[in-house]
Amino acid sequence: MVYRRANSTLPVVRLRDEMDRLVSDFFSPAGAAAAWGGPAPSFPALNVWEEDDVLYAEAEVPGLKSEDLEISVIAGDLTLRGRRGGEAPEGTAYHRQERGTGEFNRVLRLPIEVDADQVEATLNDGVLLVKLPKAESAKPRKIKVSQGK
Amino acid sequence: MANETTATPAAPEVAERTRGGQVYRPNVDILETRDELTLVADVPGVKSDAIDIDFEDGVLTIQGKVEPRYGEKRNFVLREYGIGDFYRTFRVSEEIDASRIEAECAGGVLTVHLPKAEKAKPRKIAVKTA
Repeated sequence: MVYRRANSTLPVVRLRDEMDRLVSDFFSPAGAAAAWGGPAPSFPALNVWEEDDVLYAEAEVPGLKSEDLEISVIAGDLTLRGRRGGEAPEGTAYHRQERGTGEFNRVLRLPIEVDADQVEATLNDGVLLVKLPKAESAKPRKIKVSQGK
Repeated sequence: MANETTATPAAPEVAERTRGGQVYRPNVDILETRDELTLVADVPGVKSDAIDIDFEDGVLTIQGKVEPRYGEKRNFVLREYGIGDFYRTFRVSEEIDASRIEAECAGGVLTVHLPKAEKAKPRKIAVKTA
């Protein structure tokens, strides 16, 4: 592989890299907060999107097992709770520790009413997908216009 | 020194990738025991067969390909992270026995075991009394 170590020590290159990072981060809300010294985004970060009859919430939760996660929908709030362990065995020294550990509790106010009984969640390769079917009242409805007299 | 950081990120990717799309730098833990260095990386969405690990001239490169889970044109209500491949390189200063490097990936977490070469292992020297 190509490895130009000398470059990384040049201040001007470092500055350029830093600027690239700032610029690219600026276009994501979480990145912008981190880049400008704002609060770190809550864990887990969420992507939420809407399809016809379903609201999807996706979270990246690497290392979590389904039994470590507690998902609930109460009164229009989606709550993700859990714990990510990180206990190193005896005789281990950390050189780097960037992966967060500990308990988390993330509450998201749902923008539309969902049918709490029909909520399903799946966990694949550290990605959690929660499927929240919309309540009858929140489903899009085609209104038929009747011919006036 | 025992707590010295021995693995530091290498220079940013110099050669351009042939694959387009966003690339992310995974968060890692690097641990050291008597026998090995262990690198643990968060790579959510990466399947174990989509990982490429390379160790050459003391530089460890990890790459994970992530298949797009949905198109960019979703009707997003909230968007806190992007999806893309993972890439990161490290210069490892310890002597590593490259032939015995092993890795596993489960639940979006990649673990790479880098066994120390025999000569790099700590050795107790017995002091003989005269």
